[in-house]
Amino acid sequence: MYSVNYHRAASVADAAKLVKNGDAKLLSGGMTLIPAMKTRLAAPSDLVDLSRIKDLQGVKVSGKTVTIGAATTHYDVANDQKLQKACPALAHLASLIGDPAVRHKGTIGGSIANNDPAADYPAALLALGATIVTNKREITADKFFKGLFETALKDGEIVTAVSFTAPAKAAYEKFRNPASRYAIVGVFVVKGKDGVSVAVTGAGDDGVFRSKEIEAALAKTFDAASLNGVKVPAKNLMSDIHASSDYRASLIAVMAKRAVAAANA
Amino acid sequence: MSDVSLMVNGRRVSGVAEDRTLLVHFLRDNLGLTGTHVGCDTSQCGACVVHVDGKAVKSCTMLAVQASGSSVVTIEGLANGADLHPVQAAFKEHHGLQCGFCTPGMIMTATDMISRHPEGLDEATVRAELEGNICRCTGYHNIVKAILAASKTMAKASKGKAKQAA
Repeated sequence: MYSVNYHRAASVADAAKLVKNGDAKLLSGGMTLIPAMKTRLAAPSDLVDLSRIKDLQGVKVSGKTVTIGAATTHYDVANDQKLQKACPALAHLASLIGDPAVRHKGTIGGSIANNDPAADYPAALLALGATIVTNKREITADKFFKGLFETALKDGEIVTAVSFTAPAKAAYEKFRNPASRYAIVGVFVVKGKDGVSVAVTGAGDDGVFRSKEIEAALAKTFDAASLNGVKVPAKNLMSDIHASSDYRASLIAVMAKRAVAAANA
Repeated sequence: MSDVSLMVNGRRVSGVAEDRTLLVHFLRDNLGLTGTHVGCDTSQCGACVVHVDGKAVKSCTMLAVQASGSSVVTIEGLANGADLHPVQAAFKEHHGLQCGFCTPGMIMTATDMISRHPEGLDEATVRAELEGNICRCTGYHNIVKAILAASKTMAKASKGKAKQAA
C-alpha cells in the first residue's frame, strides 16, 4: 500500500471539508477500498473515515418508508428487526454479502458508491426504485447507477442514506461465485404499487440493469410459472472465466423464477 | 504517522504507526502478538480474524489507525491463565486443527459466532458462518464438531451462572 494520510470525520460537514484534501477518498467499511489500496489499484493521498459518524448509522422505518443510513453495516441491515418486517428481502440480501467478518465492516453506502457490477445492493435499490440521498441532493437509483464502478456522484459528494417505500412483495436470489461470494447473477424482484420491477446484478456488461423480458412476463401474473420459456438475450451480458454470457442469460431466468417463488411464499 | 491507542486483550496500549499500517501488522510487529496470522492478505482466508469492539473482523483489511480508540481481542486474550477458553479446549478435544495456521482465526470466528447465536448452533449454520475462514488441511469436519461442542459447553456454563445468580 502506498503512503496515505488518514482523517476521521466527526460529521458529514467535516467529511465534506476533509475530502477536499489532495486526492482524497472517502472510507466507510473499507472492504473494497483497503484491498484495492493494498494491491495499489487505488492510491488516494488521503482517507476520510465516515464510519464513526453516528448520523450515518441505523435503519429507520416509519409507516412504509424505509431509510437506511449510509454507514450502516451489512450486519446491521441483515439483523434489523424493523427492516426484517418491512422488507425482509433486503435484510436477506445483506445477510448474503461476503462473510460474517466482512458484513461487520462493509456498509450500504460504501457498496453503492463503489457500484461493483457484481455487488448485491445495486440490484435491490434499482428494483425498489430507491432514492439515494447525498449531502447535496437526492438521486433516484435509475439515475444513480451509471455503469461499471460508475455513479452519478460528483467529486467529494457523500452518500448519507438510501430510502424507499416498502413493497408488497420482494425477493432476492443470487447465484454466487463460490470463491469471491460476489454474484455471478443476482436477481431482485419487486411487486409494488407501480407494478413489477426486476433488477439484475453480476451479469450486465455495463453494471446493474432492469430486465424488460422478465418484467413483461410477470406483468400480467406475478407467478414463477409466468416465466416458463422466457428467454433473456445474452447480448450485453458479461462473459468471463466464471460464466459465459449465454450461461448468465439462462441464470437470470432461473434466479428470477426462484425469486418470484420466494416472494410469493 | 498517527498515534494509535487501543485496548488490546484488556490492556491499554499505544504506539505510533504509519497511517497505512494494517491492524494485523500493528498487532504482530508493534505489540508482538503473533498469534494473529496473515494468510491470504486478500480478506478471503480469515487467519487474521480478531474482535474489534466485540465484532469479528479481518485485521488484514483494516488500518490500525481506523481501530484507534477501539477495544481489540486477539487469540492471546481468550485463555484465562492456564485455562483454555471453551472454544480452544474444544478444538483440542475434537482435533479441530492439523497444521494450525488457520486456527487463531477459526477460534476468533467461532467465539463471535457462538455469542451471536445464544439460541444454539446447528451444523448448517456453523458451516455457513465459517464462509470467511479457509482451512487447507482438515476438511472442516472436526472444526465444525469442535464449534458445536463448544457452543453446548458454553450454553451450559452460562445457564449454570444464571442459576447461581438467581
